[in-house]
Amino acid sequence: MKAASFDYIRAKSIDEVCSALNQGDGEAQIIAGGQTLIPLMAMRMSRPQTLVDINDIEELRGIEVAEKVAMIKAGTRQADVLSSIEIRNNLPILSEALGHVGHTQTRNRGTIGGSLVAADPSSEICLIAQLLDATMIAKSTAGTRSIPANQFFDSAMVTSLKDGECLMEIDFPIWNQKRTGFGFHETSIRDSDYALAAASAQIAIGGNNKCERVHLAVGGATPSPLRLNEVETALIGSVLDDSVIDDAVSLIPNLLEPQSDVHASAEYRRRVTCVLAARAIRDARDRAQGKFS
Amino acid sequence: MSAPQQFKYITKKRRVREDRRFVTGKGRFAADFKFPGMLHIAMVASPFACAKINSIDSSPALELPGVHYVLTGVELAANINPLLSGLDLPDVKRLPLANGRARYAGEWVAAVVADTRHIAEDAAELVAIDYEMLDFVIDPEEALQDTAPVVHPENGSNIFFDKTWTWGDVEGDFAKAEHTLALQAKWSRSSTVPIETFAVTASWDEGREMLDIWASIQMPKYPEQIARALQIPVTSVNVHFDVDVGGSYGLKRGIRQTVIVAYLTKKLQRPVRFIEDRLENMAGGEMHGPDRVFDMEVAYDEQGIMESLKITATDDCGCYPGRAPLQLGKPVSAIVGPYRIKSARYHARSVSTNKTSQEAVRGFGQAPTNFAIETVVDRIASTLNISREEVRRRNLIRSEEFPWRIPSGSEYDSGDYHAVLDKLMRAADWDKLIEKRNSFRNDGKLAGLGLSTCLEPSGGNSSFEPLFNPKNDTTTWMESCLIKVDMLGGICAMMGTSSSGQGHETLLAVSIAEVLERDPDSIRAIHSESVGALPSNSPVGSRMAIMLGGAAAGAAKKIKNQVIAIAAHNFQLPEDRLVYEGGDVYVKGDTERCLRWEQLVDIAHRQYHNMPIGSEPGLQAQHTWEVPTGGAMPKEDGTVQMYPCYAFEAHIPLITIDPGTGQVQIHDYYIGHDCGTVINPDIVRGMTFGGIAHGIGAALYEKFQYDESGQLQAGTFMDYLLPSAHEIPAVEMIKHHTPSPLTEFGQKGSGESGYLGAPAAIASAVNDALAPLGKSIATLPMRVRDLEELLNS
Amino acid sequence: MSKNSVHITVNGTAYKREIEPRLTLVDFLRDELDLTGTHVGCEHGVCGACSVIMDGRPVRSCLIYAVMADGHDFVTVEGLGSKDGSLSPIQDAFWENHAMQCGYCTPGMLIACHHLLEENPDPTEEEIREAIGGNLCRCTGYQQIVEAVKIAAQKIHGVNL
Repeated sequence: MKAASFDYIRAKSIDEVCSALNQGDGEAQIIAGGQTLIPLMAMRMSRPQTLVDINDIEELRGIEVAEKVAMIKAGTRQADVLSSIEIRNNLPILSEALGHVGHTQTRNRGTIGGSLVAADPSSEICLIAQLLDATMIAKSTAGTRSIPANQFFDSAMVTSLKDGECLMEIDFPIWNQKRTGFGFHETSIRDSDYALAAASAQIAIGGNNKCERVHLAVGGATPSPLRLNEVETALIGSVLDDSVIDDAVSLIPNLLEPQSDVHASAEYRRRVTCVLAARAIRDARDRAQGKFS
Repeated sequence: MSAPQQFKYITKKRRVREDRRFVTGKGRFAADFKFPGMLHIAMVASPFACAKINSIDSSPALELPGVHYVLTGVELAANINPLLSGLDLPDVKRLPLANGRARYAGEWVAAVVADTRHIAEDAAELVAIDYEMLDFVIDPEEALQDTAPVVHPENGSNIFFDKTWTWGDVEGDFAKAEHTLALQAKWSRSSTVPIETFAVTASWDEGREMLDIWASIQMPKYPEQIARALQIPVTSVNVHFDVDVGGSYGLKRGIRQTVIVAYLTKKLQRPVRFIEDRLENMAGGEMHGPDRVFDMEVAYDEQGIMESLKITATDDCGCYPGRAPLQLGKPVSAIVGPYRIKSARYHARSVSTNKTSQEAVRGFGQAPTNFAIETVVDRIASTLNISREEVRRRNLIRSEEFPWRIPSGSEYDSGDYHAVLDKLMRAADWDKLIEKRNSFRNDGKLAGLGLSTCLEPSGGNSSFEPLFNPKNDTTTWMESCLIKVDMLGGICAMMGTSSSGQGHETLLAVSIAEVLERDPDSIRAIHSESVGALPSNSPVGSRMAIMLGGAAAGAAKKIKNQVIAIAAHNFQLPEDRLVYEGGDVYVKGDTERCLRWEQLVDIAHRQYHNMPIGSEPGLQAQHTWEVPTGGAMPKEDGTVQMYPCYAFEAHIPLITIDPGTGQVQIHDYYIGHDCGTVINPDIVRGMTFGGIAHGIGAALYEKFQYDESGQLQAGTFMDYLLPSAHEIPAVEMIKHHTPSPLTEFGQKGSGESGYLGAPAAIASAVNDALAPLGKSIATLPMRVRDLEELLNS
Repeated sequence: MSKNSVHITVNGTAYKREIEPRLTLVDFLRDELDLTGTHVGCEHGVCGACSVIMDGRPVRSCLIYAVMADGHDFVTVEGLGSKDGSLSPIQDAFWENHAMQCGYCTPGMLIACHHLLEENPDPTEEEIREAIGGNLCRCTGYQQIVEAVKIAAQKIHGVNL
């Protein structure tokens, strides 16, 4: 299980990355943490001619939290985001989800941007990006552009990043409503396995106890994480008692086209996604109402 | 039964001496050996479940710089003998590389030899093979049909083995019975999957005419099998048994891999190494385990007393027979479990399919059989509405009944099953566990409490070999130890096998120390090279505590006798006037008249004038012994004594199932365990906990799943799921010690413990959780998808 | 393909080698530096047998190319004990409690546990299991490993258990 040969460039700047990608003619690839890419290369399912290592680039690392947005540089290690108090305080759902990503040892190398670019269907980070409408900022020799999450994930392992583009930063919106809560549930076979199905919700409750704002997204079950606007619409403006939630999630089966694999059937994923979505919504509601134990 | 022995070292906590090198990173595993000029192998594997190999063009691979050779199955087949089969199947040729026809996806077709493993993998992609796809069969039931494609056309059918034994009046007992029930239980293809893959380096020394081998090996008669395949004398094969083996649990047999490497080192006159990568290991390493369907029928009375048992076991052996079909044989040694069942019928079928082959897996077929029997016992309990523990109590053999002969001919040596079960239920506080289960249920969860009571036949009297193959008249299952006392009084003990974590060095040192009353830390234990080794049957069948411990004690007694004889000669007194203590010998009643160990050893080595007339110079002794109860061929009625010692274990897990997702969580786990005298408590604990973890894996997570096109879908650690520290609970072990009357210190085997009862116990717990819904499951593994689908059906 | 130069420090010793970029760190440690204590289990980042400490954090050495390790500092199992050969508390606890059988996953386990105790002097059972959750062991069922970490914690910090 040895990778095919490749050339290696350790880039010192973003410009160097962009020019190396440009010269690579589509055969050059960025490596950051390598926690997804290196196994694929070991099995020769991926064989880039050139690897451009971005680990030395300081400007690709760091977390900055402003009032309405948390800006995380793409090369920030998952472990550093997980241990960030600012993230835990302002984007608790991201902290929660990161606890489910791999193991300590892979989180110490794996980066936030790396997971997004890999776009694994079961990726928790992709799910949260989709849930919160994160914005990906990418740079190439042609310039910089922003890509909203709902235009970022094309299909399993495929994003809308173009050849030559380097993901620079991910901006996660922060909700400022006072009574905001989140819920995150996933089912995996072993504790740290890829999610067979996952669901996340973030809810803001108004003064009348009605749902003022809600985002719901599911992952693992479909090729890319999916926002479920129809379900959100069914929740918004209501007091979220269990029957309202159950009615809303009953819409989910028709919204999903899950995949089957060795670990779970499409039917399993469809059913379990509903279960997890209901749990995530309930947790989000309870947290928003300060009732979460 | 004799009174319990008092021990000085045995049974006491003692650090395991092997561990020191492991914690410092100084273990020496097969992949750690490097030699100048060493070449590396990567395998070319068939992508098809069955295909004719029309041609192999190696030239593009050979053009790559650093590539030395491409070995094909055709060349290898022309130059070696086929590998041994456990069954009498002369037309089924097992070869290390596919010859003309590849019979499963992942089967090795060619071996590429290069300067580095990287280059070998580059070149393996360039070997051009013209395949012609053929029909294949994946499902064993389908393989039994007349219309099915035949895996080995030369064999005429897909049946490797099909035989029925009837022991006792089965039909009569069924006819008389108040009740009968039938069920099917399935055990899917899983394995022990060690973290170290198989690795071997071989180096042919033309000057010495010697093939040196460093391998991660656990295989009886390994040097002999290599020599036979390569058509060279066994005296030209030197296996370095001091290689540390990174886990095996029965599995690391490696004959195919070794023959390839050995052939190539002779051919190329360079050391050659093959380390399976995980893909080669999982798909082509032929290391899968039993894959079995049990059709069970039981006759029992109103009280739940079992009278008779009928078992049909259909085992999907995969492609080649090897020793794997014999895994249907070991269960004959405990075919009725720990129960007083009077008669039994056993129909054992081994079927070939286009899958990778099975190899020996921890318990050698006993764990699946135990699971099937326990499923029957639980079903009787639920049918009669008697508690599961009560049904067991009524059926378990009673302590005063030992030795107990079961219908298939084996005599169980000793046990106190009721005492173990009682102790366990008390320690686990069964009633409290029921309360806890019920409170989970009240919270809306599915919760279940499991119970299993199972046997571990140990000692490796492997007389299933002649039972399953009349042409095989092996009845010798020996083990040896050679002890040398050096001129300065140091003791060195030698074994003729490698170890894969069993702590054999510690076992030897402690066993010898116990007899010679010397400090175990002063006794060195080593693994001989095979050319200098005494006969060994390697660590299989939970046998080494019994057999190697017994061999060591036997050799130590001979040393002790020699020392006493030397002292008697020098004191000019009869031996019965002398006392041996801690290596010194003094005159009874006069401790001043004493010859110390160092003096006695010095006499043996240097002072022939003080030695008894005609004695051998020096101080050394060997002991090779046959397994207790061994040495007999099966009788005509198919009865035979197998395994001498029977360890007993009872398990209680408490689990919950998430009704929404099918996820199982194990909350509590208790095991009651009796393997007789425990030589090293930490080793026995560890083996038992490890066996339970492996059993939890087999029950809930692990499966070598194939798809309809015959492709292995679980060929990596992302798809074949070994349980982690999150899935395995803390286990409380409740110990009981019923010594075996057959062994030196009363010990029984424990190398397979935990695994033999855990899958059955987990299944029992899951079914207890499902019972309120009127549902049940008898197929392992019970994966999340299986349970969720069952709950939603 | 080209060769690249790598300067790294392992267990306090500086090394320099010219290597192919495709060499993983674990292969580099074993084959170029003869530090065979770090083991290869799966080569795709699941089993944890190849765990080493990189700049103070445990990582999988099969998921780093050695060229990427240029300029970094590593500790392997060979570097856990003292130079005089005495064992570190976690090594000694593993030995004392027989927290292994075959010894193959042991180096990776030790790395994970060593780091845990540096970060968390008195870990709970759950925290220990979390720390070793990415290290597979097929022999022990993890129990004696978990116990050994508790023993080591007690030894290091004098915690009364």
